[in-house]
This record gives sequence, structure tokens and C-alpha cells, in this order.
Amino acid sequence: METAPLRLKGFPRGAVAQAPFRELRREIEEFHAEYCYVLDNNEIEAWPQFFVEDAVYRITARENVEADLPVGLVYCEGLAMIKDRAFAIAHTAMFDPRYLQHMVSNIRVTAASASGEVSAEANYLVLQTLIDEDTRILQAGRYFDRFLRQAGRLLLKERHCVYDTLRIDNSLVYPV
Amino acid sequence: MDDATAGRAQVSAVAGSNRPPVGGFAWPEEGLTRIPDWVYTSQEIYEREVERIFHGRTWNYVGLEAEVPEPGDFKRSFVGPTPVIVSRDKAGALHVFENRCAHRGAEFCRHARGHAKEFVCPYHQWTYDLAGRLVGIPFRRGLNKEGGMPRDFEPAAHSPQALAVTTHRGVIFASFASDMESLEDYLTPDILKDFEATFDGRRLKLLGYYRNTQPANWKLYHENLKDPYHATLLHAYLVTFGLLVAGNKSAMIVDPKGRHGVMGSAKSEDRPRVDDASKREMRTYHENMKLNDPRILDYVKEFASPWSVTMMTIWPNLIVQRELNTLGTRQIVPHGPGEFTMIWTMFGYEGDDEAMTRHRLRQGNLMGPAGFLGLEDNEAMKFVQDGIRKSAEEKAGLLELGGREEVSSETLITEAAIRSMYRYWRDVMDL
Repeated sequence: METAPLRLKGFPRGAVAQAPFRELRREIEEFHAEYCYVLDNNEIEAWPQFFVEDAVYRITARENVEADLPVGLVYCEGLAMIKDRAFAIAHTAMFDPRYLQHMVSNIRVTAASASGEVSAEANYLVLQTLIDEDTRILQAGRYFDRFLRQAGRLLLKERHCVYDTLRIDNSLVYPV
Repeated sequence: MDDATAGRAQVSAVAGSNRPPVGGFAWPEEGLTRIPDWVYTSQEIYEREVERIFHGRTWNYVGLEAEVPEPGDFKRSFVGPTPVIVSRDKAGALHVFENRCAHRGAEFCRHARGHAKEFVCPYHQWTYDLAGRLVGIPFRRGLNKEGGMPRDFEPAAHSPQALAVTTHRGVIFASFASDMESLEDYLTPDILKDFEATFDGRRLKLLGYYRNTQPANWKLYHENLKDPYHATLLHAYLVTFGLLVAGNKSAMIVDPKGRHGVMGSAKSEDRPRVDDASKREMRTYHENMKLNDPRILDYVKEFASPWSVTMMTIWPNLIVQRELNTLGTRQIVPHGPGEFTMIWTMFGYEGDDEAMTRHRLRQGNLMGPAGFLGLEDNEAMKFVQDGIRKSAEEKAGLLELGGREEVSSETLITEAAIRSMYRYWRDVMDL
């Protein structure tokens, strides 16, 4: 009873050979390190700086991608919505204090165009620790990313966080 | 000794009640303005709830017809904690039956959704048709006249338990009771009216799922949505942007038995005028909070209802969310007194254009386990269960807002609907 390969519409599978993308891969690895640092270091209001103006940011369960269903656990269309989420988490939302650790690995560059658009995937793991509880896996999933280059920097035009951990442990507060 | 039994002896019997305390549990003498901790923590109480409520005379939500539109379509679901299969047979009829093999008890259907001609238990390939009837047993007659099942074994008599099924406007319910009243009678006119405002006859279009575990008693979820008082205080989004503010036109409707409820509210056209006294009462009121993208709060009027927001609690396992234009069902799957899984099924309507679908998806950020409101509810319910679970002695929650009555009301500053629910619950539970 196997499950289907995970493919997101509009994102190429990519070739087996990664050598031509070696330099890009290194650059994306640096991007992930900075992105995760901001989230793990509780600098949520700096999170929007990783996106372009018309970016799409979505977190969704793998079962939705498999069934081609469009819902997002988090669904932001445009930088303004991304900023509103960051502001709400930083200033208005009520939740238990928590620490997060984002781990990103297995980066694969799946396409790169002459115009500077780069598609890539990576596996991620988010560990969450509440004050009175053991550290637990909040999410295990895969990023489907589309980067653009602006002023020499890679920025996200699209990030789809597709998680295997279908049952969320109570709530998901911070972005992935 | 678990938390639940620790302080039981301190609770005296109901004054003037002819109900004897059952299993050592007795309701506090103040009546329904007190909810004793054991309601949320006792394994014994939970098991009685499964027997009398989820497996009793109730209609349990199991899914939407849009999830199983074609003959042969199926989905896994639950009635209380019990796994069931919802399937559509070749003639188009819906069936709900236990997902438990007649042979060794295996939960044989393992895929969340799919399409099948029949169901085969992977262990010994016992086979069930789309109506859940046991129709195949390999080597039933043995091999070379040896082994096999006894001659008088009748497969049909050993099919998994089939449940009663009913649908209304594309929503599927099932019951372990074979002689249930119609769903319309079960809901009663006031509740049915709002049910039909959301399920207005348009065909539903699935948008997707969220699932979360909730480390809290399942009844706390009902209570949260029968508690309009919290909505005016906990949720900055509601309060600040006028979606639900003390003073908005609103109602908390309960059915005559007290088990179902509708919390309804009409969004203010403008940012609400909040006087200084009310501002001081609401710590979550943020005068200067402005959205960069206010589309999340747009309301496209599409329902024949005075309410722009309704949260409907349908006993025992369904919540219908109509928060502006973000729509969904929430199915409670209890796992014990201290935890349940919530399955959220988000939908729109056939005929929604691309812009409307995207509006629903954007607005979806309000709800769900990562929603601006949804995550706060999940956190608050966990805090309640934590407090009760860890309490050194048995105590009771205090529910005196809105007086001591148990009626529908137009004020939001009331807990009457929670008291109504417990009046019904005590009756069914014989407590």
C-alpha cells in the first residue's frame, strides 16, 4: 500500500545530476541558514525580508498536495499578508511561550532560468520545546521554493511548506 | 489513584435530587453554575460518554458527500473513537460501517480516501463489498477437503457493524442507534435554519484538510463555542476589527434540549466605536493595529442570514464554521478524557470563481490550528486541561456569567449555553 511520489504542480522534479547547480546550491544553503536563524532567534518581524513583494507563502499538509487541494494551514498572498502574520504573532496572538529549531537538509536545485529564477526543494524538520514539556517534532516536511534574484540576493517568490506530520501538535504558531 | 478520583469524596450529592451518585461521582450542590473537574479527567466518565453519547442516540458527522461523489468512492472516518468506513455503492447509496475485520479485528482499510470495488483485509484477504458485507473468505471450504470454515458458517451474519446513515444538503451523519429520529427533528428548527444557511443547496467544493491533536477534553471544544464571552476578550482580531465585539448584534441560540448551539454575530460595517470603559475591559483591544492587507476581513454577502459569522455546535462531534466567507466542518475524534483529534474539512461551493476561492483561502488564515483565532482557542483549551489535570485537589469551574439561567440570549456576556449543555449531559449520563 504505497503512497504516491510527492510532486507539487508547477515544480519540476529536477535532474539526478546536481553538479551544474553546485554554486546555486551553496547560495541557497546560506539562505536557509539565515531564514532559520531569524525564526529560531525570535526575530519574527524580520521574517518578511526573505520574500519579494508578490510572494506566495503556504504551509499545507501532504495529503492536500496529493489530492490537489489548494488549502493552506497558512496561506499568504503577497508581502502585505506575510507582514500582517509576523505582526500578529509578535504583538497580538496569545500562545504558550516556546523555542523552535529549524533544520534544513537535502537541498536539491530543480531548475534555473537565464532570468535568474531558481526552483529548489529541501527537507525540513522543526523541533518545538514548551517550558514544561519534552522537545517534540512539530513538523517534518519539504520546502518547494521558487527564488528570484534581486539586488544580487536570492529572495522567495514562492515557498510551499508541505508537511508529512499531518496531525499538528495542538497549534502551529510561528512560520516554518 | 488518578486525578479524577482524588477528591471525589469531597463532592456532596445533589441537594434535593433524586439522582443517586453513580460510581462515586456527584455534581456540586450549587448545580449547573459549577462544572466539576472529573467531567474532564475521568476515564470512567469518558467510557460512559462513548457508550451513551457517541455510540448512543446521536447523529455523528462522518463526512461530506463531496468527499465521496462517485460510486466506489470511500473515506475513513470515526464515530466517537471508533473507526468507520464511509462508502458509496454501485447504485450510489451511502454506507457507514465499522473498519474492523470480522476475522481478527484488523482495522483493514488503511487509506484516508480512495476508490475501490471492494475492501480486502490485508491479513487473510477476507473481503467486504461496498456496503460493508462480508462476501469472501479464502479457502472457506478448505483445501483437498481438509481445513476451512465449518459448513454452517454464514458470512453474512458476521459482517462489520453497519450504522444508520442520513444526509442533509451534502453532509453525512451516522448513528449506532438504528431507530434515530430524522436529522431535521434531531437538529430542531432554530438550529436547522442556520445549518441550511451554510449548506444552502449549492454543491460543495472541497478545499482541503487540517488535522490537529488537542490535549483537552472534547467537551471543552463545545464549551468554547458556547462561550461568546471569550470571543470578546481573547481574540485580538475579532475585537479590534469589529467582527465580534461586545455590543455587536449577536445571539447565542440553543436548542430546547440544550445540546446544539449557534453563536452568531453581525460584523460592523465600520471599525466599531468602542467607548473608553469597554476598552479598559478588553486588554486585547489594539487601537493602532492596522492591517497591511485588509482583504482577510472582507465579507462577501452570500448567505440568507442576518449573521456574518456563525459557529454551530452539533452534538456530539461536529462544528460548522461560517466565519465570513471561510467555511468548514470540524470533526471531534476523542481518544480519552484528556485528548482528541480535530479534523478540519474546508470547503467552498461549486461555481466559486478563482477570485472567490482565493478569498476563502486567504480568509482561512483566521481559523485552523495555525489561524489567528484558531491557534488561540487551541492554546486556551490546553491551559484549562493543564490546570484541571495538575490541580492538587478536586475543584469545579465557575459559570455564573449571564446569571444562572440556561436559555438562548442576545448578549455575548453569558455562559448560559454551557449550562444548558450540561443539563442535557447530566440527563444522558445519569449523573
